[in-house]
Amino acid sequence: MSSLNAAVDFEWSKVRTVRSMVWSLVLCVALSLALAVVTGAVVRRQYADEPAPSSFDPVSAGFSGLRLGMIGLVVFGVLAVTSEYSTGTIRSSLAAVPRRGVFYAAKMLTGGLAAGAVSCVAVLTSFFLAQATMGEESVSLTDDGVPAALVGAVLFTTLLCLFSMGVAALLRSSVLTMGILMPLFFTVSTILTNVPGVGRAAQFLPDQAGGLALYRHAPDGYVLNAWSGLAVLAAWTAAALGAGYLALRRRDA
Amino acid sequence: MIEVRELTKRYGKVRAVDGLSFRVEPGRVTGFLGPNGAGKSTTIRAMVGLDRPTSGEVLVDGKRYEDLPRPLTTVGALLDARAVHGGRSVRGHLAGLARSNRLPARRVDELLETVGLASVADKRAKGLSLGMSQRLGIAAALLGDPQTLLLDEPVNGLDPEGVKWVRDLVKRVAGEGRAVLISSHLMSEMALTADHLVVIGRGRLLADTPAHDFITGNSRSYVLIRTPEPERMRDLLAARGVQVDHGPDGSLEAVGTDQKTVGTLAAESRIALYEVTTTTASLEDAFMQFTADSVEYRAEQGAAR
Ligand SMILES: Nc1ncnc2c1ncn2[C@@H]1O[C@H](COP(=O)(O)OP(=O)(O)OP(=O)(O)O)[C@@H](O)[C@H]1O
Ligand SMILES: [Mg+2]
Repeated sequence: MSSLNAAVDFEWSKVRTVRSMVWSLVLCVALSLALAVVTGAVVRRQYADEPAPSSFDPVSAGFSGLRLGMIGLVVFGVLAVTSEYSTGTIRSSLAAVPRRGVFYAAKMLTGGLAAGAVSCVAVLTSFFLAQATMGEESVSLTDDGVPAALVGAVLFTTLLCLFSMGVAALLRSSVLTMGILMPLFFTVSTILTNVPGVGRAAQFLPDQAGGLALYRHAPDGYVLNAWSGLAVLAAWTAAALGAGYLALRRRDA
Repeated sequence: MIEVRELTKRYGKVRAVDGLSFRVEPGRVTGFLGPNGAGKSTTIRAMVGLDRPTSGEVLVDGKRYEDLPRPLTTVGALLDARAVHGGRSVRGHLAGLARSNRLPARRVDELLETVGLASVADKRAKGLSLGMSQRLGIAAALLGDPQTLLLDEPVNGLDPEGVKWVRDLVKRVAGEGRAVLISSHLMSEMALTADHLVVIGRGRLLADTPAHDFITGNSRSYVLIRTPEPERMRDLLAARGVQVDHGPDGSLEAVGTDQKTVGTLAAESRIALYEVTTTTASLEDAFMQFTADSVEYRAEQGAAR
């Protein structure tokens, strides 16, 4: 156990001492906040004269920044893993922590905790900022479905970061990993979701399934809801982390 | 002590290391030699568990490297000078490694001083010169004050002062009863440093002997003689059972005699001498001679391509 502690210490020092890693976390919060404010203002103007339609979800609208900000978390998770390989640090890291299970657990734990903490900040601040600027249509923390959506949002972004880390451990290259994850998260799954026929299957993609947690009330036309969606994302994450571990254990560093 | 047992490592079809067995014993500097691609780096990577052996194993004090609780306190390895995140500071890199093995933080500053990097401690690693990166790698190897040092081409890129520093360091460390394995292509440096030699070629063990024996066994010392009467000189020496070969520019190379004998003999027979020099065997000659097969093989391969 103490060796895991030391390894976590090691990982934590790696996160703190590389600027790009810290910046990607700052980027996550900054993007989330900036877009939350913009969305809030747009919503306020849009519905200044007429009431919003019943389908309007202020919680989900307020998270539009978070949907973009999570790029920062994904970049963070991917870099935490792939920079070991691209810089050759993996050699000194594994010479210091040769038990690969311990090394891997420490890296994922550290990445997951950092992502979780940053997610809490990004989710809460962007929620409050968006609601504060939204005016009439805003909801408050104690309204029905809101606390669950906030918890769900934190779980969503944290799991997505861990999923990305698992994929990165499997692929080892940042270009390859980003090249697969970015289109998957930001275009492919959105397109697929809107194509009739495959739409139902596309909601089981990791980001789509987990993304259902960002709503106050689950949107129509989905088989999954917030919690079953998160469960699907958790399953994807477990699979990616497992595959990443097998790759690390088997392959040469 | 490190024990390599029947180690084989294949990368696809390439047998980088092929049934290799030897030991790195404490109390001496073991030089690890072999032409490019012989499998030295692969062997050292396998020693610290980075490359998974195809078969065979490496034991450190009887244990697998992975089973060492705080490995940096047992084995310190310099594998690749550039194994550092360029965005991390010199101190940050070492401090992280220190944490991973529960080493005191003050050890980091001590070492930065020792390897001469104190003035760049807060600089990012990507700004370091090759020699400075090499010093950082050596600092990382020394961090846990280990009983065994594995240094893969440590003097690569170092300035003369740095080269001497590494030489003194490994000799001192071995003198303290620790084990040192050091690979290098600088034969003159190896000759000054190594007590024992392990030579490999194409992944196989070619020699595992004391350095002195390797040199005397694989190259010849001779007396070089220049004289206007080489034929007479040769006959004189040959009559005394000395083997004489013809060297370049009409010189003679007499094996198994010394300057004094040659000089006296020449004076007695009134032969003029322009030069009498003893040429001692160098590790470089010995190594070239010894690995000729291996190199030839590779040259042929290259030509065939
Ligand atoms: N990761 C790898 N993948 C594929 N082949 C490899 C790998 N590492 C080494 N090799 C091959 O294994 C052989 C041994 O390489 P190695 O680096 O161990 O040699 P070396 O003795 O250290 O050489 P040098 O003196 O040039 O450093 C070479 O043929 C090399 O091409
Ligand atoms: Mg090498």
